[in-house]
Order: sequence, then C-alpha cells, then structure tokens
Amino acid sequence: MSDLVTKSATELSSLLATGEVSAVELAQAHFTRIGALDAKVHAFLHLDTEGALAQASRVDKARANGEKLSLLAGIPLALKDVIVQEGVPTTAGSKILEGWRPPYDATITARMKAVGIVILGKTNCDEFAMGSSTENSAYGPTHNPWDLSRIPGGSGGGSSAALAAFFAPLAIGTDTGGSIRQPAAVTGTVGVKPTYGGVSRYGLVAFSSSLDQAGPCARTVLDAALLHETIAGHDPMDATSIDAPVPAVVAAAKMRDVKGMRIGVVKELGGEGYQVGVRQRFDESVALLAELGAEIVEVSCPHFEYALPAYYLIAPSECSSNLARFDAMRFGLRVGDENGRSAEEVMNLTRDAGFGAEVKRRIILGTYALSSGYYDAYYGSAQKVRTLVKRDFEAAYEKVDVLVSPTSPTTAFKIGEKANDPIAMYLNDIATIPVNLAGNGGMSLPCGLAPEDGLPVGFQIISPAMRDDLMYRVGGALEAALNDKWGGSMLSQIPALESALIQGGVA
Amino acid sequence: MAGITREDVAHLGKLARIELSEVEIDQLTQQLGDILVAVARVQEVASADVPGTSHPLPLVNVTRPDVIRPSLTNEQALSGAPSSEQERFKVPQILGEEA
Repeated sequence: MSDLVTKSATELSSLLATGEVSAVELAQAHFTRIGALDAKVHAFLHLDTEGALAQASRVDKARANGEKLSLLAGIPLALKDVIVQEGVPTTAGSKILEGWRPPYDATITARMKAVGIVILGKTNCDEFAMGSSTENSAYGPTHNPWDLSRIPGGSGGGSSAALAAFFAPLAIGTDTGGSIRQPAAVTGTVGVKPTYGGVSRYGLVAFSSSLDQAGPCARTVLDAALLHETIAGHDPMDATSIDAPVPAVVAAAKMRDVKGMRIGVVKELGGEGYQVGVRQRFDESVALLAELGAEIVEVSCPHFEYALPAYYLIAPSECSSNLARFDAMRFGLRVGDENGRSAEEVMNLTRDAGFGAEVKRRIILGTYALSSGYYDAYYGSAQKVRTLVKRDFEAAYEKVDVLVSPTSPTTAFKIGEKANDPIAMYLNDIATIPVNLAGNGGMSLPCGLAPEDGLPVGFQIISPAMRDDLMYRVGGALEAALNDKWGGSMLSQIPALESALIQGGVA
Repeated sequence: MAGITREDVAHLGKLARIELSEVEIDQLTQQLGDILVAVARVQEVASADVPGTSHPLPLVNVTRPDVIRPSLTNEQALSGAPSSEQERFKVPQILGEEA
C-alpha cells in the first residue's frame, strides 16, 4: 500500500504545497488502491477517473503558476451518491435513478470543485439514504473494511468504508437520523452532522427536508473541520440555509483544550440496550475528558425515548411527499409505457419497479400517518414530541456546553443479521435521532475498540445549533488524548484489506 | 389502536401511486402493523398543551428580486427525460381517451 493513502488531508496538503507529490499522482495512488480492493468493499457506485484527473491536473497547473490555493486543493474526496454532480451518474442507491446524469451541481459540489477538491467518485448508500447498513442499496451492500462480513453503517456506508479502506481521505455524507455519525462510529472514522441549515441542501436528493443535513466525513477531526468550512455557509438557493457566519470549527479543532468546559452525559442514552464494550469505551473517554479538565455533569433528557418513534412518523411522512417527484415523467425510470397505458398507470408501475422494499415501506407508512383521520394521532403527535425533545435540549444547555453519548448502541453487526427486521434496524439510530429532530450539531469520533469483538466504538458529541465549534473543540481534544494513549490513531490498527477474504456476502 | 388491514394497505398503495403486488401487500400489512404499534408511543406524551414543531428553525419567507438569471437550457432540462418530443417532455396519455 502506498504510504500516501494513509495520510490525513492535512498531511497531504503539506506534501502538495511543497511539491513532494502532485495532485495527479495523489489521485492516481487512490485510484490504484480502489481498483485493487473495491471489489471486496464496494464503497463506490461510480468512479469519475477522467473528471478527477482533469481537476487534479488543473490544480497542479494553478500551483505551478503560483496561484494561492485552498488547503484542500488537490485532496481526493468520495461523494455520497445522494449529492448531485453535473454529468456524473447520481442514483441515490435507487433503480429509479439508474443512469441519470444530473444537469447541475449541488451547492456543496460546486464549492468543493471551486477550491480544487478532487472528487474521485460517488459512494454507495441505502436507497434514498433510508437505512443503517447500506443493505437497502439497490446495487448491493458495502462491506466494513474492519471485517468484510459486517455492515459499514448506513445510510452513508460507502463514504465511511471509503475512508476506513484508505480509498479517500475525505468524504461527504448526509445525515437525516444518523447517516453520517453511525457509519463513522462503526468504521472508526469521524463524521459530522452540522447544525441544520448550516450546510446547503441544494442538490441533495431530498428524503426528509426538515431533518436532512449534509456534512463532512474524514479520518481526523481537523480534516472534518477543514471540509466543514469549505462546504458550509449561507446559500440563497436553499430557503432554510442560515444566513450567519460559519462557526470557527477549524480553530476549535486545533485548540486541544477543554479545561472548564461543562460536558453533559445524557442519562437516557447509554444504559440498557447498549453493548458492554460500547459503554466501557464511552465511560473511559468521559473519564479522559475529566482528566483534561472538563467538568462532567449527568443530565436527563426524559423525552429522548420518544424521539425514535417520532422520527419514524416524521421522516416517512416527509419522504412520502418528497418522493412523489419520481413520477416517470421528467427524469429517471419509466416502465410500462405501452399498450395505451395512461400516465397514472405508468407512474404506478414505475414506482413499484423502481423503489425498493424499505422505500415503499416508508412511503406507505408516511401516507398513512398523513391521511385524514390519522393525522392528529400520528404526525401531529410526533410534532409535539419534537417540541418536547427540543425543550429537553434547551434545558440541558442551561447546565452544560455540549452533550455526549455513545453514537450507536452496538458495534458493526453482520450483513443480513437485521435485514428482515425493520424495527431492530431502526434501533441503531436511537442515540443520533434526537439531534436531527432538534436541528443541533452532532459529531462521532472513534473512542476505541470494543474488547468483546475488536470492532470500533463511536463517541458522540452534540452541540447547540450554530455552536458547531464546541463539538469540534471537544472532539479535537479527545482525539489527541486518545491518540497519545494508543500511540497512534485507531485506524492504524485496522487489519490489512489486501489479505482479507470476503465472507458471507457478495462484493 | 385499530390494526391496519390488507384493504388499508392496498388503498394506501393507490394513494401513493405504487402498484403493489399481492405479496407486497401481505408483507406490508404485517410490518406496518408492528411499526405502528411501536410508533404509537408518541401519543403517551403528546398532550393538548404541547405545540407542534414542524421544523428545527423558525421559518421565514425568503424572497429575491424578480430578476432574470441563467437557468437550465431546454436541452439540459430534457437530458434525463424518459421521452421527449419538440423540446417538450413526452408523457403517456393522461385522460384515458383513444389517441
């Protein structure tokens, strides 16, 4: 394995600046590794080799001309396939969008291109980002690089696997109920859901508009912060985009100082139902933060237990409306347009053929929750729970600066283990969902391997809206302290993918 | 809480414009029944005095000056169309009459 691919974006940025490596060489090193090993992992749905090398070449020329470049110019990135990129296939993991090439860039895609980031390709995900394992992708699951028989998390499992497999130092994810943070947790990587409205949703294939948020994924907290500042900020193309300065997350990630910060451990997130090794590594990290000078406070958020059921009413309701756009008329799949069938018949046949089981399940559930006679009992009640969850957060932030919990109740489970049990699958997001309902920022970073299975455990930090800097400050400090303790990053302990065999799954 | 019936699911499929197969209707009836029992817990705390929240941010109406600006060309807009003709989207018949 080329040493280049294991380096952080920050390290690579220095090598590019001093001319020790070119952006083209860097892109090629990553494509070589992807070409050799992605058959085992299946992180990518599409590679844009030509476009990436052309972008890398532009960056090299600009550097040779003495232009002042962004720190991330020439850094390779893996883009989740729910974000559109002009001319590059975007499927959202669905057959209904197979072969679609968007005629425009998402705002975050345009911003990344503008600073010279090299987008290697599109990563696999659960269909329309609905799932916690990538098993709902219409193109087959992604495998966890720590153990190929296990899930890489979801929905953004392609992005998290690409980071852990050293296919790219940076990636983009989207997080509606945990789809950035849970994949980060189970692959030993860093994933950040910014404050809702902090990053533009223009060009993000919509699932649940009041919950969806794109964000940075990386192997270090500082790398995530650099990408965060690149993609964040007001966008007139998104009416929910916050028109305020981006929190100074890069400076916060570099502070490495939590003295005097008040850190709240959420009593309701971490008890029963959480794996023993997950709790152990979480408790050790909290103790480490106390050693670093933080004040640890236990806080109670009594309505968080209702967040999961509320989410599984709100998200399906919004998705049943958002996914109405896939109507077989203007773009995407059309089947059955023959024998004089009507537009409505063609639409019905196309949506049955083009959507997978989980997407249909959520559309039907959402249609039910919104239908007259059931609206107040289901959707209306869920909206009230959303208020109660927000109030729990507000009360907690009167006592503490940030909240912490395990990101996910368990380490990575086996592919197929929960595929036929929707409710068991939904429980993966029990600790991440409250954050989406309230619109706060949330981060997951690695905090050790569970002793019982040797798999990564994620540590979640939650910050108040538009105080994303606080979670980066805690994350940067904790990461540095853990790396000191381990004598290196957790990912340096990952088994070599070159020798791994595929078990119990199809690549 | 009344359970969801097979007929309910078939009707929801029509409302959602999805031509569900008989097998899918059977599976969904079972699964949605289980899921609805789980999510109905929200009713335990959703008392009348709690206002609903539809969105994490206070939403305001966002406007911009009514100025013409670049947009997709016809060719770009039609680039993903399943069928097009004379620079328009071509769709199946919508009124059900003989062509």
